[in-house]
Amino acid sequence: MSSDEFPKEFSPEELINLYKKMLLIRSFEERITKDAGKIKSPLVHPYIGEEAIAVGACAAINEDDYITSTHRGHGHFLAKGGDLNSLMAEIYGKKDGMCKGRGGSMHVADFSKHMLGANGIVGAGPPLALGVALASKLRNEGRVILTFFGDGAANQGMLHESMNLAAAWKLPIIFMLENNLYGWSTPSANVTAIKDFSLRAQGYGMKGLSINGNDIIEVYKTVKEAVEFARKGGGPTLIECKTYRWGGQTTMDADKYRSTEEKEEWKRKCPIEAYKTRLIRGELVDQQIIQEIEEKTLILIDESVKFSKKSPKPDPNTALDNVYKNPIEYGGN
Amino acid sequence: MEVIKLSGETKTMSGADAIRLAIEEEMERDESVFILGEDIGAYGGPFFVTKGLLEKFGADRVRETPISENAILGCAVGAAIAGMRPIAEIMFADFLTVCMEMIVNQAAKARYMYGAQISVPLTIRTPFGTGIMGAAQHSQSFESWFMHVPGLKVVLPSEPADFKGLLKTAIRDDDPVIFFENKQCYFRSGEVPLDKNFTIPFGQARKFTEGDDVTIVATGAMVQESINAANKLKEENIHCEVIDPRTLVPMDKKSILNSIEKTGKLLIVDEGCKTCSVSAEIAAFVAEEGFQYLKKNIIRLNTPDVPIPYSQSLEKQIVPNAKSIQDNVKKLI
Repeated sequence: MSSDEFPKEFSPEELINLYKKMLLIRSFEERITKDAGKIKSPLVHPYIGEEAIAVGACAAINEDDYITSTHRGHGHFLAKGGDLNSLMAEIYGKKDGMCKGRGGSMHVADFSKHMLGANGIVGAGPPLALGVALASKLRNEGRVILTFFGDGAANQGMLHESMNLAAAWKLPIIFMLENNLYGWSTPSANVTAIKDFSLRAQGYGMKGLSINGNDIIEVYKTVKEAVEFARKGGGPTLIECKTYRWGGQTTMDADKYRSTEEKEEWKRKCPIEAYKTRLIRGELVDQQIIQEIEEKTLILIDESVKFSKKSPKPDPNTALDNVYKNPIEYGGN
Repeated sequence: MEVIKLSGETKTMSGADAIRLAIEEEMERDESVFILGEDIGAYGGPFFVTKGLLEKFGADRVRETPISENAILGCAVGAAIAGMRPIAEIMFADFLTVCMEMIVNQAAKARYMYGAQISVPLTIRTPFGTGIMGAAQHSQSFESWFMHVPGLKVVLPSEPADFKGLLKTAIRDDDPVIFFENKQCYFRSGEVPLDKNFTIPFGQARKFTEGDDVTIVATGAMVQESINAANKLKEENIHCEVIDPRTLVPMDKKSILNSIEKTGKLLIVDEGCKTCSVSAEIAAFVAEEGFQYLKKNIIRLNTPDVPIPYSQSLEKQIVPNAKSIQDNVKKLI
């Protein structure tokens, strides 16, 4: 698919917003990586290097469409329009966090934006997406769901159950496979016999595509087409986005299992740099505008850190709240 | 707690018919209720509980699935998050082992870990227990496992009227409910109220017989065995109070403790194997909260810690029955 041209449906401002959003995710993740020692949680998974997938894909759906996310979910959260301050505060474990300090990095969610949650269990998003898509179909809402997962989840049994059922029932789901080449330290090539995961789609009766996940416009255009197909009742599509995780598995992973050469090679394929170059070439921005965007982004991040530090810790007396919506009462009739 | 007397118009029907009636009434009442599972359509399910529902409500709301339990429950949890009220049938409780993920890590946790942004109004129905020569993988009683998972409600009725009243409450409840249906109780008949608003609140035990000598707490098929034992013992002037908790989470501790305050003696009868069983939990809270009432040691009568054998002569040897219940009551006299 050619992605040389910008999509005509976007205004210059919207095209620049895609850049801003990717940069916001990058800056957010850089900040929590830098502050990892202060945050103390060893289970924070940055999305650096993969930003074009979340931003490109979410640009191809409507506000009332849904997404499910992964343990590496901050990028999806921000791309779907989730609130930056509430995200940062959640990772700090504070009361004003999106999940009131109950979820943390692996469970960030904003249901008001139809971002149905990061998920600590690899491969758990796609089965949930089945039900959301079915609800949309039964109620004739025309809404679709993007379900993000990685190359690790691609080998989970429940993913295969989900792809089969989605195709059998023609559910409006886009299976967004983010292939960053590693499941923590294990190269996916060591545990998977095929090179392109998209090959599997055919076996379930759906279309499968492997694309450059670092090209935001290619991601956008591919997802857009799949979304239109799903909305018309055509059923699901599997889109494998090839990408790379720049940092370790978590902010506290020393990452000695990957070579410097490999990491440098992928950094040269930076999705944000590539898009910036195109925006400049298309005369949508110049260096001065880029610099302003960078400065404003860092201010937003600083403000979110300030907001998070100021936010109180959750009241320990509320630890037992909200296990149930209809609290259990002990009878005695 | 009095022995319950049903009011209004009733009809004699089997446990399976009472469950079907509850599903039918709730599907008529609420468009968002639908049912999904294996072979539940034209075939009507392995115990014919869902017979006729497909013809009445159509294939959109009576959804036959592939043999993919994680996809079934993922679909149900996702639909519940999106505002539907799904009823998922797992063909045998033994198959819960292959979809624990969706129950334990997703349905039970979603509300709490996402900071109470959502609830999961889901009902999981599943038949369990011995008596059909099901052997080791079609006869198990796993209910105590789910009592250990905060966020779930666990319901286990034994009488047709209770099946109807509690299933309707489960479907209307905003939290995930796992509804255990004892296979032998499917076939037993009883009076069932025809009132469409007949529901039974969770957390209220039911007393079947009055007595001052021994309290017998029993669940599922063990309730009828205990009633039979109590009727026999009455001839010997031994008076037992047979109590069915009906819901395991929440557990009606108060009614059980009130009975023990009167009798001072407790026999717990439970079809699950003994270690970490329902009987273990009941014995533990009675020891903690009602020790002062006890005049004798608590007796737990369980199936021993052994896989369920195929041959009837072996199965009958290990599962508690009216005779072994009588023998154990006498040990307390």
